[in-house]
Amino acid sequence: MQAEPTLTWNLARDVSEVLEYHFMVNALLAGTIVAVMAGLLGWFMVIRSETFAGHTLAMMAFPGASAAALIGVGAAWGYFVFCGAGALAIGRFSRGRTRSWSEQSASIGAVQAFALALGFLFVSLYGGVLGDLENLLFGTVLGISDGQVLTLAAVAAGSLIALAALGRPLLFASVDPDLAGARGVPVRRLSIVFLGLLGLAVAATSQITGVLLVFALLLAPAATAQVLTARPGLSLALTVALGLMIVWLGLGVSYFSAYPAGFYVASIAFALYVLARAWAWAHGASRRRMALTREPTHEGVIA
Amino acid sequence: MLGQEFMRNALLAGTFVALACGVCGWFVVLRAQVFAGDALSHVAFPGALAAAAAGIDERVGLFAATVLVGAGIGLLGLGGASSHRGMGHARAAGGSAAQDTAIGIVFTFVLGLGVFFLTLFSMSASGGAGIQAAHTLFGSIYGLGGGEARVAAAVALGATVCTLAISRPLLFVSLTPDIAAAKGVPARALSVGFLALLGVVAAGATQAVGALLLLGLLTGPAAAAHRLTGRPYAGIALAGLLGVGAMWGGLGLSYAVPQLPPSTAIVTLAVGVYAIAAIAGAWTRRRPHASDAGGGTSPSGPVPRPSQSASVDATGATIAI
Repeated sequence: MQAEPTLTWNLARDVSEVLEYHFMVNALLAGTIVAVMAGLLGWFMVIRSETFAGHTLAMMAFPGASAAALIGVGAAWGYFVFCGAGALAIGRFSRGRTRSWSEQSASIGAVQAFALALGFLFVSLYGGVLGDLENLLFGTVLGISDGQVLTLAAVAAGSLIALAALGRPLLFASVDPDLAGARGVPVRRLSIVFLGLLGLAVAATSQITGVLLVFALLLAPAATAQVLTARPGLSLALTVALGLMIVWLGLGVSYFSAYPAGFYVASIAFALYVLARAWAWAHGASRRRMALTREPTHEGVIA
Repeated sequence: MLGQEFMRNALLAGTFVALACGVCGWFVVLRAQVFAGDALSHVAFPGALAAAAAGIDERVGLFAATVLVGAGIGLLGLGGASSHRGMGHARAAGGSAAQDTAIGIVFTFVLGLGVFFLTLFSMSASGGAGIQAAHTLFGSIYGLGGGEARVAAAVALGATVCTLAISRPLLFVSLTPDIAAAKGVPARALSVGFLALLGVVAAGATQAVGALLLLGLLTGPAAAAHRLTGRPYAGIALAGLLGVGAMWGGLGLSYAVPQLPPSTAIVTLAVGVYAIAAIAGAWTRRRPHASDAGGGTSPSGPVPRPSQSASVDATGATIAI
């Protein structure tokens, strides 16, 4: 057994120490794949204001993983099957044209509650190994195998290709569904396909961050980027950069500390969002002040 | 079944918790604050763990966390779309998306803190941390002692009475915010007060069904009641009754089938009630082929049907765009 890892002031040495361990390399690889995928899909999720649906899909991973443990297959199967089924359920039951906003959120909530109840049933039927439960809910970086990294890479590649193909009509349908519908964009079908892709991203993310902290990679980078800039291309790039930063910093710091990676990932994500909001607020305030002070001089020049 | 001490305690606490969840939940669904309610229920978990790590009664942390976050959401104006209706109600419009985003980020951070406390707690008091966490997340209604059950029942009853006491102005603000504002109803204070009450209900329900599952008790009966009747007070009463029914049925079911955890049985019944109401509603609507969303006057009474008025708002907003 090695001595406790300690952080020194030599950053290069620390990084090379982290990379010496195969499990850390796998965790960083998986985290990188997940950050890119979750960031891009999360960006569309924020634009489409489907945050609650995304959260519900994240919760689907819990019954998925516990069902997989119960019947003895790999947890990833459970994640993907249940998240996919959840996406279909939400798309089918709660996106009717006649539904009001409150009715939609109520039915999404009902789907989520039922899924969680099922998950708890599976856990208690399984015999409730509580250590596994914690990993399931809050993630673990230790257990990621080479095979899992490959699966994640394949899923991410597939869903990003699909997203690239759908990107333009999806953005159109998200920003102005009525106009897009009038132009012949299949808005409803796009919405279900997007929820399916979101389900895949959530299933992949929850293997890193755990079921409860998926939003740290799915929502926070996208929301932060959209606070900072309104231009789609720039904010997409910023989303990916922020997601990578959150994952790398979180995993790196957690290696040198006793607390789990999920805590650091969630805290860094939150801190970045707060900083962005503060920056935007200060920026807006200084612009307003400048506009106020400049106005008289303008008039003076004109006069 | 009633001969068992733990069953009597569970029934006492469960009945009042379910009643409070139903009554509060009716307003939660009406005000489209389901996501806020969800966030409050998740926040209960770090609260309880923080108290456990600090070595004080878990209920203190539970109530402190949910009430504070509830009031915080209300103060920041993050709760639901009711403050700016119209635009906020259309799915693609900006208002409620920003609110949901902020709620999502805040509760993810608070859950991250929960992991931190969990680790802290398991390092300081080896063992028991996992069981503690599981109890908080999934509830342990059969584990309530006599005193705990009485306190939980009293708190839930108090929250129900408070909600009913502010129900008239709250209804006014939720349905027609502009007119209510013009009449001088304090919308902000009501919103904050309601979310704080919701925090109390969430903390109480966490003890019964757990932080992860109380959403079902909050949403299921209330959404079913919204489906079944358009009259406000009938809906509130129905939501409370359905909640209590789901609680009793779930407790009985899990008593009869020992493998079935009580939380699962209760939440499944609560959601099942909504599913049945939704299917029945779709069935009866298809028959006469009435254009429900068009906003025709409700046959059930002179009061406009809340869910209908909301959908009119949504369609109105999309037309306005």
